[in-house]
Amino acid sequence: MDPLLTKPAHELAALMADGALTSEDLTRACLARIEELNPTLNVFLSVDAEAALEAARGIDARRAAGEQLGPLAGIPVGVKDNFCTTDHPTTCGSRMLDGWIPPYDATVVARLRDAGLVIVGKTNMDEFAMGSSTETSFFGPTRNPWDPDRIPGGSGGGSAAAVASFMVPLAVGSDTGGSIRQPGSVTGTVGVKPTYGGVSRYGLVAMASSLDQPGPCARTALDAALLQQVIGGYDGHDSASINRPVADLAAAATAQDLAGLRVGVVTELGGEGYEPDVLARFTEAVDLLRAAGAEVVEVSCPAFRYALPAYYLIQPAELSSNLARFDGMRYGLRAGDDGVRSAEEVMNLTRDEGFGKEAKRRIIIGTYALSAGYYDAYYGSAQKVRSLIQADFDRAFESCDVLVSPTTPTVAFRIGERTADPMAMYMADLCTIPSNMAGNASASFPAGLSSDGLPVGLQVMAPPMEDARLYRVGGVVERALDERWGGPLLARLADKEIAR
Amino acid sequence: MGITADDVARLGALARIRLTEQECHDLAPELNVILDSVRSVSEVAGPDVPMATHAIPLTNVFRDDVVTPSLTQDQALSGAPDQEDGRFRVPQILGEE
Amino acid sequence: MTETIPYDDLLTRYEPVLGLEVHVELNTNSKMFCGCPTTFGGDPNTQVCPVCLGLPGSLPVINGKAVESAIRIGLALNCRIAQWCRMARKNYFYPDMTKNFQTSQYDEPIAFDGWVDVEVDGETYRVEIERAHMEEDAGKALHMGGATGRIHGADYSLIDYNRAGVPLIEIVTRPVRGAGAKAPEVARAYVAHLRDLLRALGVSDVRMEQGSLRCDANVSLMPIGSDVLGTRTETKNVNSLRSVERAIRYEMTRQAAILDGGARVKQETRHFHESDGTTSPGRSKEEAEDYRYFAEPDLMPIAPSREWVEELRATLPEPPAEHRRRLQTDWGFSDIDFGSIVSSGALGLVEATVAAGATPAAARKWWVTELARRANEAGVELDELPITPAQVAAVQGLVDAGKVNDKLARQVIEGVLAGEGEPAAVVAARGLAVVSDEGALTVAVDEVIAANPDVAAKIRDGKVAAAGALIGQVMKAMKGQADAGKVREMILAKLT
Repeated sequence: MDPLLTKPAHELAALMADGALTSEDLTRACLARIEELNPTLNVFLSVDAEAALEAARGIDARRAAGEQLGPLAGIPVGVKDNFCTTDHPTTCGSRMLDGWIPPYDATVVARLRDAGLVIVGKTNMDEFAMGSSTETSFFGPTRNPWDPDRIPGGSGGGSAAAVASFMVPLAVGSDTGGSIRQPGSVTGTVGVKPTYGGVSRYGLVAMASSLDQPGPCARTALDAALLQQVIGGYDGHDSASINRPVADLAAAATAQDLAGLRVGVVTELGGEGYEPDVLARFTEAVDLLRAAGAEVVEVSCPAFRYALPAYYLIQPAELSSNLARFDGMRYGLRAGDDGVRSAEEVMNLTRDEGFGKEAKRRIIIGTYALSAGYYDAYYGSAQKVRSLIQADFDRAFESCDVLVSPTTPTVAFRIGERTADPMAMYMADLCTIPSNMAGNASASFPAGLSSDGLPVGLQVMAPPMEDARLYRVGGVVERALDERWGGPLLARLADKEIAR
Repeated sequence: MGITADDVARLGALARIRLTEQECHDLAPELNVILDSVRSVSEVAGPDVPMATHAIPLTNVFRDDVVTPSLTQDQALSGAPDQEDGRFRVPQILGEE
Repeated sequence: MTETIPYDDLLTRYEPVLGLEVHVELNTNSKMFCGCPTTFGGDPNTQVCPVCLGLPGSLPVINGKAVESAIRIGLALNCRIAQWCRMARKNYFYPDMTKNFQTSQYDEPIAFDGWVDVEVDGETYRVEIERAHMEEDAGKALHMGGATGRIHGADYSLIDYNRAGVPLIEIVTRPVRGAGAKAPEVARAYVAHLRDLLRALGVSDVRMEQGSLRCDANVSLMPIGSDVLGTRTETKNVNSLRSVERAIRYEMTRQAAILDGGARVKQETRHFHESDGTTSPGRSKEEAEDYRYFAEPDLMPIAPSREWVEELRATLPEPPAEHRRRLQTDWGFSDIDFGSIVSSGALGLVEATVAAGATPAAARKWWVTELARRANEAGVELDELPITPAQVAAVQGLVDAGKVNDKLARQVIEGVLAGEGEPAAVVAARGLAVVSDEGALTVAVDEVIAANPDVAAKIRDGKVAAAGALIGQVMKAMKGQADAGKVREMILAKLT
C-alpha cells in the first residue's frame, strides 16, 4: 500500500497546500487501493475513476492558479449511497433503486463539491439504512477490514470500512440510531452524529425523519471536525436546520487537555450484556479522561431503558411513511407491469420484489404502530418516552459537560450471526439510540482493541449545539492512546494483509 | 393478544406490499417478539408526560413565496419506468375518478 | 334506473343534513412546500422539482405566504386561529400523489370554530365552520385507452405533477341543519359566499371550472321528528354553483327513495354528472380508510403570534353585508339595480370591473345583461365565462374612446369569449373598429340622402326624428362599423 494513504486528511491537505502532493496523485492512490480491496470488502457500490480524477485535476489547476481553497480541497471522499448524487447512482443498498441516478445533489454532496473534495464513489449500506451490520444490502454485505468474516457495523458499514481500510481518508454517513457511530466503533474509526439540525438532511434519502442526521467518518478527530465544518451549517432546504454559525470544531479537536471538564458515566449504559473487553477498554478510556484533567462522576438516566423500545416504534413508523413513495410509478423498480394489472397491483408487486425482508418487517411494524386503535399505545407513547429521554439528558447535562459510554455492547460480530434474530441485531444500537431520540450531539472514538484484536469504541455525548465538546474529548483521548500504543490504532491494520 | 397472520395480511394491504400466506405466517411471530419488547413504552408514558420536541425547538420555519427554477421535463422524467408525451405512464388506476 | 321521489314529497318526511367541504387553491406564486410555480396550464411536468415530485431525499419547507393566506381565510370565516399547530401526514397510496402521503393537517388545524351567514330569498342562514386547514394538491391523471376516457375501462394513465404541491385550504362546515327545502340553495349560497369572500381576500382565483375552488357535498336525510343522523354520502368535486344545488337536490331525492323502500343508504363517495344531474357511486367507504395520520416530522410547528394574527386581521376586507351597503352607496344604484347585480351573482365581477377602470353603470350593464345572457345560454355561472373583469373594462374603454360602438363591442366580447385574445386584438383581427375616415362616411351619408329625398325633406322641415331612418341606412352601408352618434350629427349638419 502507498504509505501516503495512511496519513490523515489534514496532513494530506497540508502537503497539497505546500505543493508537495497533487490531488490527482492522491486520488490515483485511493483508486488503486479501492481496486485492490473492494473485491474482498465490498465497500464501494459505485466508483467513477475518470470523474474523480477529473475533479482532482480541476482542484490542482485551481490551486496552481493561486486560488485560495478550503482546508480539505483535493481530498478524496466516499459518500454513503443514500445521499443523492447527480453523477453516481443512488441505490440506498436496495433493489428498489438499483441504477437510479437522481436529478439533484444532496446539500451535503453540493458542499463537498464546493469545498473541493473529490467524490470517488458511493459506499455500501444496509438497505435504506435499516440494520447494524450492512448485511441487508441488496448488493451483498460489506466486510470488516479487521476481520473480513465480521461485520463492519451498520447501516454505514461501507463508509466506515472505506476509511478504516485506507481507501479514502474521509467519508460521509448518516446516523438514525447509531449508523455512523457503531460502524466507527467496530472498525476503529471516528464517527460523529452532529446535533440534529446541524447538518442538512436535504438529499439524504430519509429513513426516520426525526432521527436521521448526516455526519463525518474519519480516522482522526481533527479530520472529522474539518469534514463536519464543510458539510455542516444552516440550509434553508431542511426545515429542521439550525440557523446558527458552526463552532470552530477543528480548534476543539486540537485542545491539549480536559481541565475543568465534568464527565458523566451513564450507569444504564454498561454492565450485563456488555462484553468484558468492551467494558475494560471503556474503563481505561475513562481513566485517560481523568488523567487529562477531567472530573468523572456517575450519572443515572433511567429513561434510557426505554430508548430502544421507543426507537423501534418511532423509526419504523416514520420509515413506513417515508418509504411509501417507492411504488414503481415515478422512478426505480417497477415489477409485474404486464399491461393488464392495475396500478395498485403493480405497486404491491413492486414493493414485494423491491424491498428486502428487514425493510418489509419494519414497514409492517410501522404501519401497525400508526394504525387506528394502536397509535396512542405505540407511536404516541414512544413520542412521550422521547421527552423522558430528553429530560434525563437535560438533568445529566446540568451537572456534566459530556456523558460517556461504550459505543456498542460488543465488538464486531460475525457475518450471519444475528441475521435471524432481529432483536439481537437491534441491541447493537442500545447505547447510540438515546442521542438520536433526544437530538443531541454524539460521537464514537477508538478506545483500543479487544483481546481478539478487534476495535472497541468510546461514545461521547454532548448537549445540543455543543458538538465542539465531542471533538475536544475525542482529540485528547486519541493523542493519549497514540502515545500509549506508539502510533494510531489503525496503523496496525495498515501493515496487515486483508484477505478472506 | 398479539399480531395474527391475518393482521399481517391486513397491514401488508395497507402498506401495499403483497405478502404470501407463508410470509404472513412467518412474520407474525417475529413481529410479536418485537412488539412484546416495545410494549413497555406505554407503561411509562403517562398522560402527564409531554410529547418530545426538536433538540433546538424551532417554530415558524417558512420560505418566502418566491419561484425558484424547476427541473426540466427530461430531468423530471429521467427515472420514470415508463413515460408518454411528457407524462409518467402508469398502469390503469382502479378506484374513484 | 335509480329511483327518486318528488322533492316536495320527501320534505314532508325527511330533514336534509348537509356537510360541505370546500377545497381552495391559493394563488401564491410558488407551491406549498417548494419554489415551483403554481400557474395553470404549463407543459406537463415542467413545474416540478425534487420536492413536489417526492423524489427520495427531498424535504418540504412551508410557504409563509400560504400560512398567511390560511390565517386570513380563517379570520374572515370568524374562526379562532391556533396558537400552535402542526402539519400531519395522511398516508394512502394513489398514483397522483408523489409521496403516497398527503401533507395536510389532522387534529391541529390552523383555524377552527367559525361561522358565516348566507342569505337565501331574504332569509339569513348561519353556516358553522368546523375547521379550515392547510394541505397540498395532487397531480392530474389522464386516463388513456378504453372507450370513454374515464377511469373505468382505461388501459393506462398518464400523470402530470405540475399541480402536485399547490397550496390548498380545506374549509369544512359543521352539519348544516334546519334549511329544509332550501338546503340545496343554502349550500349554493354558502359556496358563492365563500367564493366572493376568497376573491375579496385576494387569496385565490376561485375559478370552479379550473378546479381552484372545489366542493364535496355530504348529504344525509333524517326522518322528521328523529334526532338520529342518517347515513351520509359524499358527492365529490362538484364543479359549479349550479351543480352544488343540483347534486344535493338529486341526492336528497335518491336517498329518500331508498329510505322509503325500507333500505339503508350506503356510506360511499359518489360522483356528480353535469349532463343529467345525477350521481353515481364511486369508492365504497364501508371499509373505513386507515390514514395513519401522524405529525409531519420534516416540518416544524406553526405558532402564529398574537401580533401577527392581529396584523393580518387588519388587512381583512370589510364584512360582506357592510361591503354591499358601501358599494351601493358609492355606485349610486337604486335597490332594484343593485339587487339585480347581487342576484345574478355579479357583485364581485362588477366590483373588479370598476376597479379596472369602468364606470359602475357600464360594468353593471355588461355583466347583468350581455354577459348574464351568454352565461345563461352556455349553462355556466357568470364567473365561469372565459372573460376577466379587466377585459370587460377594456371593452368599455374602447367604447368610451369611440373606437367601437355598442354593437361592435358585443362582437368584441364574443371574440374574447371565443378565445381570440384580448379585446384590442379581437378588434384588429375581426376588423371591428368604427370607420373614422370622414371621407367614406361623407360619401355614404350623401348617397343615402340622395336616395331618400322625401325623408331628407322631412328633416329639412324640422322633423329631426326622421333622421333615424337615414342613420339606419348609413349604418347598414357601413356594415355597422360607424359611430351612430357621429352619423346623426353629419346628417343633421347637412340637412338643417
